[in-house]
Amino acid sequence: MSLNIGVFAVQGDVEENLASTRAALDELGIKGTVSTVKTPDQIAKLDGIILPGGESTTIGQLSLVNGSLKKIKEKIEAGMPVMGICAGLILLAKEVKDHTVGKTEQPLLDLLDVKVERNSFGRQRNSFEADISMESIKIPKFKGVFIRAPSILEVGKNVEVISKLNEKTIAVKQKNILATVFHPELTHDVSMHKYFINMIK
Amino acid sequence: MIPLSGDIPNAKGVVHENLESKPISRGTSTLKRGFAHMLKNGVVMDVTTVEQAQIAEEAGAVSVMVLDKLPSDVRKAGGVARTASIRVIQDIMDAVTIPVMAKCRIGHVYEAKVLEEADVDMIDESEVLTPADENHHIWKWDFTTPFVNGARSLAEALRRVEEGAAMIRTKGEPGTGNVAEAVIHIKKLNDELRTIKSIYDSKDNQDLVKMAREFKVSYDLVEETARIGRLPVVNFAAGGISTPADAAYLMSLGCDGIFVGSGIFKAEDAKERARAVVLATTFWEDADKVMEAQKMIDERHSILGLDVHNLELRMQERGSTA
Repeated sequence: MSLNIGVFAVQGDVEENLASTRAALDELGIKGTVSTVKTPDQIAKLDGIILPGGESTTIGQLSLVNGSLKKIKEKIEAGMPVMGICAGLILLAKEVKDHTVGKTEQPLLDLLDVKVERNSFGRQRNSFEADISMESIKIPKFKGVFIRAPSILEVGKNVEVISKLNEKTIAVKQKNILATVFHPELTHDVSMHKYFINMIK
Repeated sequence: MIPLSGDIPNAKGVVHENLESKPISRGTSTLKRGFAHMLKNGVVMDVTTVEQAQIAEEAGAVSVMVLDKLPSDVRKAGGVARTASIRVIQDIMDAVTIPVMAKCRIGHVYEAKVLEEADVDMIDESEVLTPADENHHIWKWDFTTPFVNGARSLAEALRRVEEGAAMIRTKGEPGTGNVAEAVIHIKKLNDELRTIKSIYDSKDNQDLVKMAREFKVSYDLVEETARIGRLPVVNFAAGGISTPADAAYLMSLGCDGIFVGSGIFKAEDAKERARAVVLATTFWEDADKVMEAQKMIDERHSILGLDVHNLELRMQERGSTA
């Protein structure tokens, strides 16, 4: 069986996720195709989807326009694995507020039972890299790249916390949903993408 | 996985410190260039007020660029164009959730420092403002905040990357409502990239050395760029973009995204146009969607536009020789 993995390509760092996913498939020796997807028809055929980093307000609004947001929601509710990165995590969340502006009115998938704070660590000058750990998914050391990153303030009872930085939650899993506030696709370490592929398989 | 060609890992702008007790690094090339990657396939809009910034955000812009005057007004006003008021920039930062950029004059190290202290997300060292140093651009490795620079050719683009730019945009001819120059610049850059890639593939190092001398940049940066066959940083189109079709056309030429200057807020249908340009940038591959976007605007409301051959001031030439 060959896996059909899509990177949602409305806006954001799509190519980096294509490259990381392809490298991860190679390392695992698993057959699969990785492609960019924008439309409901393309999304309907997928076994797994990555919602990449970018601007969550932009991605949300544009995916509402062509019906892809609705299709993604249906597929995830039917069990398709999804990895949401930064903006992708924000889209998945049930509740979002901004660190400075407060409550935001933006389209959300309303699936991941977390409360997210946007721009939680400050503006771009405060973006940072740090070594992080995800023991529960057997990735003891990983380079966390946090770019105007959100953080998770509260998690529901069905959400497993995978990693924390100081008091802030930075990676979570809820059944078929994997989400991080940092950017694994900007590093050369593909362990996070490998973990996601194993969720699809 | 992003290219880090030309990176200076121990540059002054890289800060090692603790977040509570956790050791962290700020201002690395991964963070600066990575920030620009998050903007890809998006539209950055020039704004002068909080109200315009909110219209931009609601329209789906990925970022706003704060100016004192829009480029076409800079052109009309003449005199010296400087960085925008810090209070206006900070009011905008408090009002929108998307990143906020601002322009400083070419070579003006202290306008850049002021913008960094004000916490803007990216600094545009821009030819739209009056250059402060005709011979030097800012040494951007000294900053933790990322920079974007304009370029008209591969040589200019690589010189800016070597100085630490985390993102490149075409210069075009700002404030004209005329996209012709931006088209020339991106096509020239693409041609030159194809040329050095073919030299690299032919394994003729001597010709690459010759290119590096001509470009006035290090051999390593030319070789690395030739190997990957594209700029090692994100590359947007800018200068004269006024309509959804303009934006879609430049995306089709291989740009990673779009800057719109006077094109939106000098038009009489700014709100609809902002939305339409975003839609055309996202769905540029579908001509029918671009048509739908173009239908949202009225050509009678577009910025009048200028013939680029009869300009008294060619902003694009500022800083090109350095």
